[in-house]
Amino acid sequence: MDVGRHPNIRLLAYSEVEKVEGELGDFKVTVRKKARYVDESKCTGCGACAEKCPTAISDEYNLGLANAKAIYRYFAQGIPSTYTINTNFCRNFQAGKKCGVCAKVCQAGAIDYKQQDQVLEVEAGAVILATGYELFDARRIPEYGYGRLPNVVTALELERFLSASGPTHGHVYRPTDLALKESLPELEKSRQKAFKALEKFEKQFERTSDEFYPLYEAGELKGEDYEKWAEQVKAFWDLDGEVQARKEKVASLESAHRLAFIQCVGSRDIRFNRYCSGFCCMHAIKEAIIAREHDPQAQVYIIGMDIRAVGKGFEEYRNRGAKESHIEYVRSRVAEITENKDHSPVIWYEDTKERVVKSLPVDLVILSTACEPSPATRILADIIGLEVNDFGFYATDPSQPLDTSRPGIFVCGCAQSPMDIPESVAQASSAAARAAQVLSGSGTLRLAS
Amino acid sequence: MSGHAMKKGNADAQETRIGVFICHCGSNIAGYLDCEAVTKYAMTLPGVVYAKNNLYTCSEAGIGEIKSAIAEHKLNRVVVASCSPRTHMPLFKSACGEAGLNPYLFEMVNIRDQCSWVHMQEREEATGKAMDLVRMGVAKATFLEPQEDIESSLVRRAVVIGGGMAGLSAAEALGDMGMEVILVEREPRLGGLLRRINRIAPRGGSAAELIEERISRVQSRDNIKICLESEVTAVGGYIGNYEVTVRDRAGQESQETVGCIVVATGGVPLVPEGLFGYNGRNVITQIELEERLKSGPLDATRVVMIQCAGARSAERPYCSRICCLTAVKNAIYIKEQNPEADVHILYRDIQMYGAENERLLWESRGMGVRYDVYNVERPPVVKMDVVEFYQPLMGEVYDLPYDLVVLSTPVVAREDAPAISQLMRIPIDQNNFFLEAHAKLRPLDFATDGIFLCGSARYPATVGEARAQGLGAASRAGTVLFKDKLVTSALVATINPETCVGCQGCLMVCPYGAIRFDTQRGVCEVNTILCKGCGNCASTCPSQSVVLKGFSPKQLLSQIRVMLS
Repeated sequence: MDVGRHPNIRLLAYSEVEKVEGELGDFKVTVRKKARYVDESKCTGCGACAEKCPTAISDEYNLGLANAKAIYRYFAQGIPSTYTINTNFCRNFQAGKKCGVCAKVCQAGAIDYKQQDQVLEVEAGAVILATGYELFDARRIPEYGYGRLPNVVTALELERFLSASGPTHGHVYRPTDLALKESLPELEKSRQKAFKALEKFEKQFERTSDEFYPLYEAGELKGEDYEKWAEQVKAFWDLDGEVQARKEKVASLESAHRLAFIQCVGSRDIRFNRYCSGFCCMHAIKEAIIAREHDPQAQVYIIGMDIRAVGKGFEEYRNRGAKESHIEYVRSRVAEITENKDHSPVIWYEDTKERVVKSLPVDLVILSTACEPSPATRILADIIGLEVNDFGFYATDPSQPLDTSRPGIFVCGCAQSPMDIPESVAQASSAAARAAQVLSGSGTLRLAS
Repeated sequence: MSGHAMKKGNADAQETRIGVFICHCGSNIAGYLDCEAVTKYAMTLPGVVYAKNNLYTCSEAGIGEIKSAIAEHKLNRVVVASCSPRTHMPLFKSACGEAGLNPYLFEMVNIRDQCSWVHMQEREEATGKAMDLVRMGVAKATFLEPQEDIESSLVRRAVVIGGGMAGLSAAEALGDMGMEVILVEREPRLGGLLRRINRIAPRGGSAAELIEERISRVQSRDNIKICLESEVTAVGGYIGNYEVTVRDRAGQESQETVGCIVVATGGVPLVPEGLFGYNGRNVITQIELEERLKSGPLDATRVVMIQCAGARSAERPYCSRICCLTAVKNAIYIKEQNPEADVHILYRDIQMYGAENERLLWESRGMGVRYDVYNVERPPVVKMDVVEFYQPLMGEVYDLPYDLVVLSTPVVAREDAPAISQLMRIPIDQNNFFLEAHAKLRPLDFATDGIFLCGSARYPATVGEARAQGLGAASRAGTVLFKDKLVTSALVATINPETCVGCQGCLMVCPYGAIRFDTQRGVCEVNTILCKGCGNCASTCPSQSVVLKGFSPKQLLSQIRVMLS
């Protein structure tokens, strides 16, 4: 918000860098400001458009765990708060379809289906890259079953579960239980349909199904229509029973109590990324503590080779997790995850302290996936002509950790190497200082008003 | 804010003329309560001459309506009932200012976050509550007074305390930004801990060369004054105008007036007296090993390193972050010098966080450095010529013969950290490291404005981290020093010297050190630059001598009164 309001900062969101020309002190950066189909200067972010938009799509921010609309905001607190139309789904942009609902409900008149991409040229003395990271795709490790075993999720997915504004309002349910819950309305609908069908027969023959069936069974009523009716009655009873059973099951569902985090998923692994992703141990501990705060019955395991609580107050936090939240830290590299019949995952590992191979059944497995260079890092490295290291992060020298291989272009945060929040924040300030340093004396720096 | 050109507006006019704007926030408010009814109700309140509901008060149209209503209806107070003041107050205030009304004559009422959003199922009650809130806002607005933003001058100079990697980087960056810098170093030479280090991880460059380069850059700048063998002995003043007393080797004291202070006092490696048979001869610390490696070939071929010596213990619960890296770096160096050497590292968790550090770990393994985990309940025992240790993976006890045992001890806070903490009124944590304003979002700031933090004085840092933090602290200081003056909100506390009894109750509760006791007059005084307007003092004062502007008893009591009426 400070950035959004800062008089000296021009925020170009939903934009991509296409070209960087020139040199230190005199860069020309070509930026494509992509069409949102919503006028930024008019949109007040009220959300009326998304409320009425008839096209539901998967919510990227909630990792597909919830639905968004074809006109959307990535997340509620984003800056700017302007909505954007996803043209891949919006009916107005799909051939042969008509809609226009958002334009109708937008009282600010901000919807503009004819908006075009804008190509801007920005002059800059220095450039700072903060292109971040993306998470390792856990599907690449088949033995952990992500994508195949429903109750194996990633740490970021758990983050959404634990969020009060997330898809489960802060409750941690097993995805299979959630699916069961979500299947209930559909099942009730079919039951309702079957019931309606019975009503038709009842009207036609002026008899309730309950009266009819014993007579039919006794062979007193014969004929094709009666047979159909009888079949319908049986179908309804089946469905009715199923609905009752599922309702009971859903009512008895509990949140996931036994959680296990698997560390170094895609990190410190010669098959994928050999490096350490730095933040995942603390992320797991934090999620474990929150899960336990939310559910005092929760038993959380964190299974990893080393627990890298390396930061100010981190070791103390890890110990607090053990003492107050009863986190059990298990030293091991997990070999495989299988599942029981009820879809509870089973973790197979060697407990290196006890020197035995163990299996641990839990309700939910959480994979702490690796930090990888974002696609933007690769793309920009190509566009700008910057060196990346063999991991794919921007190459820097340890004595000049913010400087890329090109003068006047600096990097901070996970685009340089995996790191946690305080380090990223500190580096961001450092990169700004480097920019100020190299520009001083060039006349490009001036006092803020 | 255009408040600088502030006229008193028409606030002096006898008649109170309040304009009330009720925001629908699309359907966020209007969807759950009756905005029109609230608007009509507002019209009936005393002092209100104009009330209007609009779809979005924050939109260009909404802001335009406020401005034109101020002119048209000669409004001398404006109340907006909408969302959170946290997000939108500055916008509305500046709109008032632009229309010629003193921005402090604006009052905001939150009928969204605290009303429509929490009573989504109770339209009638929500409407009633919104009316209550608006009535209270109007009552307070009646007693609002015009205020002027507080402006203070600013000295474009900075003191950097500590001449290690962090301090040098901060000084150099500030110097490059055109600021005058006074770099205070206690030792006779710049360079700090790096002076004792052999090579730099992860690439093995020479520490001496690295630090010399930084030192020569700082020395070459004529806007950086270097005070060696000097200490800061007193700090007074506040952001923009700190008075720093520096005492040199001869005991001469000089006063420096600066806008900002950077604390880069570093840390020291623990000397592990009584731990693992430490003797400084064949059982030494990593820093002692560094010094030996620097001075020539190592006369030991069997080296055992023990991690967490004196760290992650009851006495020192923290992990010192850099010792695993140091051990691995030195192990590699020893193997490079003498591939026949045996280096064995006993660890608890090998903390090679991040990309380049982990690379060193596997590279060292490839070079033949041995690693074994030890159990903290059964730590290694250093005997005459073997280290006896329990290997939990095998469940067996091994004897490792050694020529040299190297203890990886943590970096600890300097002994004088508590004294500096008191001197500058900046906090330290339980390990005596300086405590930043926010662990995640403000790692290089202190809660006290104008003082910044970097390097191992904050928490053990590698060379690269110390450098980044030093630059970062300079950047943070730059956000202050690049301004031509400091402008702060007028909503601060004032103390009436006529009624103040000098009990100093306010002084005790002020978290910002903004209150001073004037011993001559026997009364307390507020430093308006330091005051953040929290109101602790005002609510504590037994004689009601302290008044927080914008929240005076008259204003607050009027709100309460109309609420209860």
